[in-house]
Amino acid sequence: MARTPHLLLVGHGMVGQHFLQTLTRRGGAHRITVLAEEPRPAYDRVHLTSLFSGTTERELSLWEEEFGRQHGIDLRLGDPATAIDREARTVTTRSGAVAGYDTLVLATGSRPFVPPVEGRDTPGCFVYRTVEDVMAVRARARHATAGVVVGGGLLGLEAAGALHAMGLATHVVEFAPRLMAAQVDDGGGSALRRRVEQLGVVVHTGVAARGVEAGEDGTVHRVTLTDGTVIDCGLVVFSAGVRPRDDLARACGLPVGERGGVVVDKGCRTADPAVYAIGECALTSDGKVHGLVAPGYSMAEAAAGRITEESGEFTGSYPAASLKLLGVDVAGFGDAHATGDDALEVTYADSRADVYKKLLLTPDGRLLGGVLVGDTSAYDVLRPLAAAGAPLTSPPEALLFPGGDASGAPSGPAGLPDEALICSCHHVTKATICAAVSEQGCTDVRAVKRCTHAGTGCGSCTGLLTKLVESTLSRSGVAVATGLCEHFPQTRPELYEIVRTHGVTTFSRLIDEHGNGGDGCEVCKPTVASILASLNPRLGNSVHILDGEQAALQDTNDHFLANLQRNGSYSVVPRIPAGEITPEGLITIGEIARDFGLYTKITGGQRIDMFGATVDQLPHIWRRLVDAGFESGHAYGKALRTVKSCVGTDWCRFGVQDSVALAIELELRYRGLRSPHKIKAAVSGCARECAEARGKDFGVIATSAGWNLYVGGNGGMTPRHADLLIADADHDTLVRTIDRFLMFYIGTADRLERTAPWIERMEGGLDHLRSVIVDDALGICADLDALMARHVDTYEDEWRATLEDPERLRRFASFVNAPGTPDPTVRFVTERGQIRPAPVLLPVPEPAVAR
Amino acid sequence: MTAPLTVEVDLGSGWTPVCRYDDLVPGRGAAALVDGRQVALFRDRAGTVYAVGNLDPFSGAHVISRGLLGTREGVPVVVSPMHKQAFDLRSGHCPDEPEGPDGTPARLPVWPVRLTPAPSAP
Ligand SMILES: Cc1cc2nc3c(=O)[nH]c(=O)nc-3n(C[C@H](O)[C@H](O)[C@H](O)COP(=O)(O)OP(=O)(O)OC[C@H]3O[C@@H](n4cnc5c(N)ncnc54)[C@H](O)[C@@H]3O)c2cc1C
Ligand code: FES
Repeated sequence: MARTPHLLLVGHGMVGQHFLQTLTRRGGAHRITVLAEEPRPAYDRVHLTSLFSGTTERELSLWEEEFGRQHGIDLRLGDPATAIDREARTVTTRSGAVAGYDTLVLATGSRPFVPPVEGRDTPGCFVYRTVEDVMAVRARARHATAGVVVGGGLLGLEAAGALHAMGLATHVVEFAPRLMAAQVDDGGGSALRRRVEQLGVVVHTGVAARGVEAGEDGTVHRVTLTDGTVIDCGLVVFSAGVRPRDDLARACGLPVGERGGVVVDKGCRTADPAVYAIGECALTSDGKVHGLVAPGYSMAEAAAGRITEESGEFTGSYPAASLKLLGVDVAGFGDAHATGDDALEVTYADSRADVYKKLLLTPDGRLLGGVLVGDTSAYDVLRPLAAAGAPLTSPPEALLFPGGDASGAPSGPAGLPDEALICSCHHVTKATICAAVSEQGCTDVRAVKRCTHAGTGCGSCTGLLTKLVESTLSRSGVAVATGLCEHFPQTRPELYEIVRTHGVTTFSRLIDEHGNGGDGCEVCKPTVASILASLNPRLGNSVHILDGEQAALQDTNDHFLANLQRNGSYSVVPRIPAGEITPEGLITIGEIARDFGLYTKITGGQRIDMFGATVDQLPHIWRRLVDAGFESGHAYGKALRTVKSCVGTDWCRFGVQDSVALAIELELRYRGLRSPHKIKAAVSGCARECAEARGKDFGVIATSAGWNLYVGGNGGMTPRHADLLIADADHDTLVRTIDRFLMFYIGTADRLERTAPWIERMEGGLDHLRSVIVDDALGICADLDALMARHVDTYEDEWRATLEDPERLRRFASFVNAPGTPDPTVRFVTERGQIRPAPVLLPVPEPAVAR
Repeated sequence: MTAPLTVEVDLGSGWTPVCRYDDLVPGRGAAALVDGRQVALFRDRAGTVYAVGNLDPFSGAHVISRGLLGTREGVPVVVSPMHKQAFDLRSGHCPDEPEGPDGTPARLPVWPVRLTPAPSAP
């Protein structure tokens, strides 16, 4: 049998990993070894900065163990290649290991360029390229009040954004006369500058850093600029460009470019036919070194094509980028600096809003390139138009003016030519996407992504992709799947699946990579918060709903762990499982209500609601409740509310089972479980049904042989009786079936869909539900059981955990600048011996505060 | 860590420091008392800070700061936690229901905000 050829990849970065994926997909029969310098497998460097906003290293990872195992890839981390012997076809590593090769692929990327500034090695000086760099910057920033970024290009502004977000006074030093000199022109540069300055970032252009000085502790203390400016600061980030890492190739005699980069041909092959170079370390046949991920991916595909079937070409890429830097949308594409007789310029500038847009056109109306600052909504449509060199179908002004509809027909995606490139990361054209819909039967964005890979690289094309898929679908008469809101084309169950399978742990990441960007809204934020809360135990996240970024997603009720009432005060409901409470417990609640002057009422769920608390009072009230052994009742959440019960066999002359004990057990089991809507339940001890179990999402009624389980009932506006799911079940079967019912509901119901409409909407209805959770027809029961087990294991009382954490407690202030001062406009009058909100006369013109 | 950025608002009588930039959670709001008036401050995901009135014209309660922040077709909005009307954070306008219960325009006052890199926090 012929020996399997050995492929050796040096460098496991973004392009290296993409190469491995392409090669294995094409079925190349190779034994693969990877030499990696970094201590971790390939990760998404493009989103490195998101580490500052809560994204985890795991989420950035591009590597899955399963992928490596499946293709028998020998990945050696932390052991970089140090020399190539082309004659012997071997590579030596730092540890002294020697690896042979039949084919060698270099994907070593580039290194940050640090200008020769005096003192540039002082501790406190950093570059910005790897996860380690980010961690070092973050650690240092904790002890610094100001930071300087040297370099005002794309990466520099990204680094500045990170420092600014960490609360540092941030300075950007740029040698060129404007920011982002490579991408934007003067007009765009000044709009960008004004926007950035409004945020409090200080911009120095046309000057260079002269020296970095150390303080007494030997670390960075200040930076001086060539114009004499002195900046006191605790850290410096150098981000002044990158240089290709071509030293290995250079040392073994392979040709490199004058300004660096391993020289390769159209197939990404070097002068040695056994050696390829791809990504940022390569100097391609168009005479350029490409510093973006999209051309790198194209090179990886060209090389993989050559290696497997002798085809595949990289002939250059269309320069385009759209980013949000320091909160400012910036985009550039094509030749933004074209001048001369051949180029016509159309400019729109609004200096009040700091919006700047420019298009360059040929005299016959074809788009050459453009710059957009402050409003990049037209980028999606303009980039492919320019890349395709197609004539414009509407006057250019219409594309630039606000309100000029750049996304609508005929200049929307429908107006794009077939060969327009929609996803530049994966080289997917409009024609391919339309074919995926009309010929391959894809009916939503997700399917199109899976089928064409469009949108699975940097994600910046997701918006355009979504519009295109929707317009193609509706033209072919397919009903367009309705997304959650304008930010997510997916439904709630689809998002649940994405979070579960991709292990997404933050809203930011979900909206940036799977949604349409933006800040979200009152629909998607709480929905995603609820999904995360349901899956946090599984994701290994903190289970507290006020931790990290999750705090910003919660409705006011969840945010203050209490229920907002009409005058801005809150109500408090401690959990009283199954309505069973000791006299001591009743007295405690009574005393607390009396001491804080609260209105009390017995609820329909067999517990006690206390009204009229201000935000400031909530932690004090809860401190006393928790000390007395009470827990959150989750009355504020889309979660399990109560499991109501009748008194059962212990007291009732008719009872056949102990309904109170079971109701307590169930309430404690499911307490804190977040769901698409509230969940109510009850247990009755006999067929007389005193607990009204059939009016609940799940209801249990005792029989002489065991328990009957009913599901899908509710009261409210459209009351509905629950239907029998299983009869005469023993205790364990009953609990297991409820576990699965709830988890299946959480995973597949729409936002704010109670169990009754959920079951009605299900194809096959109750029978289908039974086949899934009783007979395991879909083979998902083990998973549902595991999810519930994790929930039960990780439950903690939200209020207790809040009281134990000063950070969480800080938010319970009526005023950020006057903690301890209650809202003076929350006032009450007395009625029937208790308080009630003072009537409000509308309108209330900004009242002078009465104290 | 001493955070150097201070949020200042101008209600008409000059810039008043209100809180540290750090005190504002991205994507959420906070209320502040300035000259006896209630101001709702918001910091969006990108870091921009807005200041509007805290009084919800539809319910008469001072709760705007507790609403969710978001975007509607790119426009930054806050959604009242009481009855879910959205208000444009830049103009204070309410595109959902331009008029309040009594027929007057439902509009939040909007004030200029700036961040100062002053070394000492208030
Ligand atoms: C903060 C940041 C933001 C960015 N944003 C964008 C963006 O918005 N859009 C965009 O298109 N691009 C962006 N980029 C650029 C993008 O990340 C790069 O173009 C891309 O990572 C290049 O991939 P690569 O595999 O060629 O190099 P890299 O990802 O750098 O990978 C090279 C790998 O090779 C390893 N290596 C080097 N020498 C050796 C050796 N001798 N032996 C073994 N291993 C070695 C390195 O340690 C590294 O892990 C950004 C980059 C950064 C740092
Ligand atoms: S352009 Fe990057 S994923 Fe499509």
